[in-house]
Parts: sequence; C-alpha cells; structure tokens
Amino acid sequence: MKKTLKSDYGILIAFTALVSVVPFMLANKYYISVLIFVAINMIVAVGLNLLVCHAGQISLGHAGFYGIGAYTTAVLTTAHHCPVWVDTLIAVALAALIAWIMGTPTLKLKGHYLAVATLGLGIIMHIVFNEWEKVTGGPSGIVGIPGLSIFGRGIGSDLAYYYLFWSFALLTLLVALNLVKSRVGRAMRALHGSEVAAAAMGINVSGYKVKIFVLSAALAALAGSFYAHYVTFISPTGFGLSFSILLLTMIIVGGAESVWGAVIGSVVLTSLPEFLRGFKDYDVVIYGFILVAVVIFLPAGIIGGLRILKERIGRRGTAESA
Amino acid sequence: MGGSYAIIALGYTIIYNGTNIINFAQGEFVMLGGLFMVTLTGKFGLSIFPAFLIAVAATALVGLLVERLAIHPLRNADVMSVIIVTIGMSILLRGIAMLVWGKDAYAAQHFSGDKPIEILGATILPQSFWVIGIMILVVVALQVFYRFTITGKAMLACAVNKTAARLMGVNVENMLMLSFVLSGALGAVAGIIIAPITLAKYDAGVMLGLKGFCACILGGLGSGTGAVVGGLLLGVIESLGAGLISSGYKDAIAFLILLIALFLRPQGLLPLKEMMMRQESH
Repeated sequence: MKKTLKSDYGILIAFTALVSVVPFMLANKYYISVLIFVAINMIVAVGLNLLVCHAGQISLGHAGFYGIGAYTTAVLTTAHHCPVWVDTLIAVALAALIAWIMGTPTLKLKGHYLAVATLGLGIIMHIVFNEWEKVTGGPSGIVGIPGLSIFGRGIGSDLAYYYLFWSFALLTLLVALNLVKSRVGRAMRALHGSEVAAAAMGINVSGYKVKIFVLSAALAALAGSFYAHYVTFISPTGFGLSFSILLLTMIIVGGAESVWGAVIGSVVLTSLPEFLRGFKDYDVVIYGFILVAVVIFLPAGIIGGLRILKERIGRRGTAESA
Repeated sequence: MGGSYAIIALGYTIIYNGTNIINFAQGEFVMLGGLFMVTLTGKFGLSIFPAFLIAVAATALVGLLVERLAIHPLRNADVMSVIIVTIGMSILLRGIAMLVWGKDAYAAQHFSGDKPIEILGATILPQSFWVIGIMILVVVALQVFYRFTITGKAMLACAVNKTAARLMGVNVENMLMLSFVLSGALGAVAGIIIAPITLAKYDAGVMLGLKGFCACILGGLGSGTGAVVGGLLLGVIESLGAGLISSGYKDAIAFLILLIALFLRPQGLLPLKEMMMRQESH
C-alpha cells in the first residue's frame, strides 16, 4: 500500500512538471484556454470519481452542482457586489449543504437511488436557471461577471488563469490520492466491495457515502465558480443533463478504478470536441458510440487498458529474457 | 399525458424486473415510435392501423438490437456498467435519429380528427381518449400475458429469482431478450399515441422517458400496478401544477415530486413487490 502511494506521488510530481512546462511548448495560444477548461473539468471529475469508485454510487446531476457554483458566483458578484473568492466560498458551501440535505435520506437506501435523486435535482436546477428570470437572467443568462484577483490584483492573462486553475486541480488530485489511501479511503473501498461486510466491520456506511457525496458536490461547485469567473458570462445551456452525462463519461472512459482515470478522462473528453469539429452534428453519435464501446470492450476504461497493456508487455519482456 | 407516462413506466418496469437495471434508453424507444409513425403515415401514406403495427414492430426490433449489442455482452458486469451502457445507447439512438430525421419537430396525424370535444364544460382532444383507451388495453393485455401464458409466467419467474427460474428450465437469456423487445414495443406505443399531442422530435424522448421514470419511482420501482398509478397521478399533478403555478415550471413539478417521493416513501406508493418478497420469505 505504501509503495503504491509513493508511485502515485511520483506520477503526481511528473505530472505537475509536465503541466508547468506545457504552456511554453504550445504553438497556439488557443490551446491554453482549452487546457484551462481541462483543469476546471478535472476538479469536477476527480470528485465524481471518488463518488463512483469509492462510494459505488453514480450521480446524474453533477451539472446541477456545477451550475449552482457558477450561478451563485454570477448572482453574488453582479447583483450584490460580493468580493471575489468570498462568492466562491459561499457557492461551495451552498452546494455542500444541498448535497448533504439530499444525500442523507437517499444514501440510507440500498440501490441506485442517489442516481435517481441527483438526476431529478439536476433537471430541476436546469429548469430553475431557465425560468427564474429575475435572478438568473433566464435563457440569456448573466453577463459581466468579474474575473478573479489575488491580493487585489486582477488576473488578466490566460496564462495566469492556467497556473491558478491547474494549481487547484493538482491540489484536488493530491487530496483525492491521499483520501483514497487513508483510513477513510479503505473504508470506502470496503463499501464498494460489500456494504454488509463493511457495516459489520463497524464502518458507518451511509455516513461515509454522504461525506464523499458532499465533497464531490463541493468540488463541482468550486469548478463551476471558477468557470463563471473565467468565462465572465453564463447561460443555462452548459448546465443541463448532457453535461452531467459528459462528466460521467469522463469517469468511465478514463477508468473508474483509479483517481488517475478521472485525469485521463477529463483530458480526453475536454479536448475531444476540438478534434471532432469537422464532424459537426455527428459528434453526439460519436460520444454515444465511444461510451458504449468503452463499457463493453474496456470495462476498466483507458487506465485499465493501459495497465493490461503494461502487464502484457512486462510478461513478454520476462519471457524473452528467460 | 398520464396515460402515456403510465405506458412508458410499464416499459421501465418490465426491464427492471427482468434485469434489475434502469434502462435509460427507454425514452428513446418512445421517440422512435413517434418518428417511425410520422414517416410511415406521411412519406409512405399508410393508414393509421398498419403504420401503428409496423412502427411498434420496428421499435421492438431496436429494443432487441439494444439488448443484443449492448446489454448481452455485459451480462456478467455489475449493474452500474449496465446502467451506463444504457445511457450511452440513449445518446447513440438520439444521435442516429437526429441524422435520419433532422432537428425538426414533426406533427403526427391525430387518430380521429383534431377537433376538440366538449364534455361537461371541458374541452378534450379526441386523441386523449385514444391515449386512455390504449393504455387500458395495454394494461389488460400485459396482465393476460403474465397470468395466462407460459412465456409470461416464465418472465415473472425470472423477475423473482433468475437462478431458480433457470433451474426450472426457463431460458433466462431469451426472457431478457423478450423483456427488451416488449419494452421497446411499449415505448413505441406510448410514443405513437402521444406524438399527435406533443410533436415528434429526435430529442423528445429525453423528457418523456425521464417522466415515465418518475412515474415508476412514484408508484414503486418494479411494480406494474405502481407504474400505472404513478403515471396517471403524475399526469394529473403536473397539469394541475402547470395551471396553478406556471407552465414554465411544469417539467420541474414531476422531478420535485420524484425527490419528495424518494425522501418520504422510497418504496413507492404501492410497495407490491416488497410485499410479494416478504410473503415468499415467510
């Protein structure tokens, strides 16, 4: 166990190094903004991964929490002149509260009731964003959200946003990796294996599940708040069921068995639309196809596929040397 | 509306009982039924009755394909992967429908004129009677199927205990296939009868499917009677709510009810299946 944690830290350090030099290797400035969205999505995906992988639950409404984050930020900063970062804190707290209220009763039940409840919440939130025109601006959304600032200095360039958001994404990753290897993480993995056995070992099953769900909702709201600050304009379109499903797709395609799966998933699926531009309307079909194909042929996602590949190569290597 | 929610809900129930999975592609069956019907009556100029049969058969075939291509290869996987594959299938079907039919909404032909009838001061579309009539027919037919035919009884047996059913010589694999065919057909029926009222469009299945699912949860997942009661109740509450609050929030009402139902009575209004299980365990 210790060894895997060390190798995880090794990968994390290598990954951090990669992240910090990438902007200087890109020829096109446009790709930096794509990578900023990768970081934002990664924050949500890592949280969702913890929920899927370690609590054995799926959420079909994380776009709702993401939207709560974005809209709280938008409303507080434009209509109420709330200072930046304070609005982010409020957004995260609000999402966590809603998740706690929802999670407490539904996670006591056996089965996929959380999926159902989050699905309902996600759709309600999307309708509220569209219909509550007085506050959310209805379908046209909210404009003029201020950018973030640090110590009173506004962040002007994409490069600065890149480093800021990636710091948060890497921090989230570090926390998630530690959590997975901690006592809590072992308890959660036990839940995934057998709830009854875990309960018999004295683990507070529903308590852990609620905590992890609240954490994942809070991370989604954090990312949503960042999104609003970076884009400075939001409308309901990006916060619907399709985004919830896209997030879930990131987890599955990347591989739900490890936190790194969420990293791979968010990189692949955030940058994929850039490559699929040429396909126009066909991209939806391609998404559906990828999702179905991955679940059937690569049940452990890309990361699982890589592991199998590595094992095979390793086996061949030892066979040859022998 | 309630009538078609009830039929959609029954589609979910059949698959849930057969496989324990929530089929998120159910709404796409509904959408396909409506669009097939529009094409058959419009482009091919068929009359209502043969078009109805062909549209249902075609969608049932799609149901079969979904089971063969996506569900069957995952028969040993955990429930979560299967649920996710149905989500993938629903995106895929919706995308294919968009390529075939485009993004336009099609008005389907009413079964018997679109002149509203006045009864006791209320104006009702004749199509509404068709919806209710066909729903009753479907419910009765399903009851007869489950109670009086060997295949129906075998399907019920699979729902209660797959291993036991297999030991008794039931071909479980065929039953699972059949449950997808049946729920594909049911989805198509719902889509066809509702299309004249709501218009048929490539993404119409999302909301209809989700509401059928709400109806399912409301009535108690896995209970046929619950599905029908939940569907009708949802239709009534929704139209009342739309009148009392605002039509913009109409779609939110269904999901609000879903959340309340989950918090207060997650076993549904009619916990028939649980009662059945409890009796068995005694």
